[in-house]
Amino acid sequence: MLGPFIAVLRRDLLLAWRGRADVLVTIGFFVVVACLFPFGVGAEPNQLREIAPGILWVDALLATLLSLHRLFAQDHADGSLEQLLLSPEPTVLWVSAKVLAYWLTTSLPLVIAAPGLGLLFDMEQGSLKVLCLSLLLGTPMLSLLGAVGAALTLGLRGGGMLLALLVLPLFVPVLIFGAGAVDAYLGGSGSDAHLLLLAGGSLAALVLAPWACAAALRIAAE
Amino acid sequence: MLEIRDLSCLRGDRLLFADLDLSVLPGERVRLLGPNGVGKTTLLRCLCGLIDPEEGEIHWNGHSIRSEREDFHRQLLYIGHSTALNDLLTPLENLRFTCRAGTDQVEEQACVEALERIGLGAQIDLPCRALSQGQRRRVGLARLFLGGERRLWILDEPFNALDVAAVADLASSLDAHCAAGGIVVLTTHQDVSFSHPGRVVDLAGHAC
Repeated sequence: MLGPFIAVLRRDLLLAWRGRADVLVTIGFFVVVACLFPFGVGAEPNQLREIAPGILWVDALLATLLSLHRLFAQDHADGSLEQLLLSPEPTVLWVSAKVLAYWLTTSLPLVIAAPGLGLLFDMEQGSLKVLCLSLLLGTPMLSLLGAVGAALTLGLRGGGMLLALLVLPLFVPVLIFGAGAVDAYLGGSGSDAHLLLLAGGSLAALVLAPWACAAALRIAAE
Repeated sequence: MLEIRDLSCLRGDRLLFADLDLSVLPGERVRLLGPNGVGKTTLLRCLCGLIDPEEGEIHWNGHSIRSEREDFHRQLLYIGHSTALNDLLTPLENLRFTCRAGTDQVEEQACVEALERIGLGAQIDLPCRALSQGQRRRVGLARLFLGGERRLWILDEPFNALDVAAVADLASSLDAHCAAGGIVVLTTHQDVSFSHPGRVVDLAGHAC
């Protein structure tokens, strides 16, 4: 039953390793965009400290978006997608494996890089911890929702822009609760509610998104 | 047994063919004929279940391929126009992945032997982007040697880009599959000498 899941996960992780330049570009983008903000809004430490969670969250969202179109594009172009659709096991299985591999190779490095960038904005220890936790719980939802968008725009001309238009509005709730978690922590009301909502959203996306993705991929392969 | 009843297929807004009836018995080889654009590839993809037909039904062993999808796909081996190879992986990794994704339990050694048999023994560890068109084709076809359990082979232009010896070898593999009670449905524009002529279906007769 898990054969295709493991096969796809192993292959995608291997491919990410072989094409690690792509992963590095995403992290580089994440770092560079965060570094641009002090130039734009001025290097006033209190102000930067205050807007840091929002900046890092928007940044993570854009970095995710940057690499999202790659998720199914190669498999669609070389015909692997057809072979996967002809697998006897349910499509949602291997779609989940692809999204998991994507999250491990794109979002997880962002979560790991975030504390370093947080220090750049002089965030204090406690809020850094909350920020990382919120990214850890929220990015799976970004990957899952993004995967649906990537599957829907697969093979379309100008698919990249359409993908951005399609998924950015869906990312708004994640952004609100993600960045809000740190504000709530600093405001003294505790970040638990925000983090639980992010985790709940990710779980709901985990249940629903692979089905939507599978349906969209079947249409794209026609 | 593969049965096609009253099949019609759309591509875009155009009706490609209509009222196609065909039943293929175990051991038969069917070759689809017709000029470019008549719908050969569309029909093959329809038979695999990748495209839904506009009208009509496709049955495998008496069951609709849509309602019994999983069983049908366990019996089906499809090799399409595109080779389904990732350029960053080696032929061995690609072949092993295709087999495992299709839930075929194959040993690494069997994959190596299949690649050696099809003449890629020296390229096993090269990334696929270094292979020629014909060699890429062969990697895809190596799957045929590992798909003995699968009764229905659907092959879209399998002889493309192959050299003379490889064509003869592939033809004899298809013969052997049919002799063992399997079904082969293929398209090709080349004249290939099989041990027996097999059935020919001219799609031009059903074109709209």
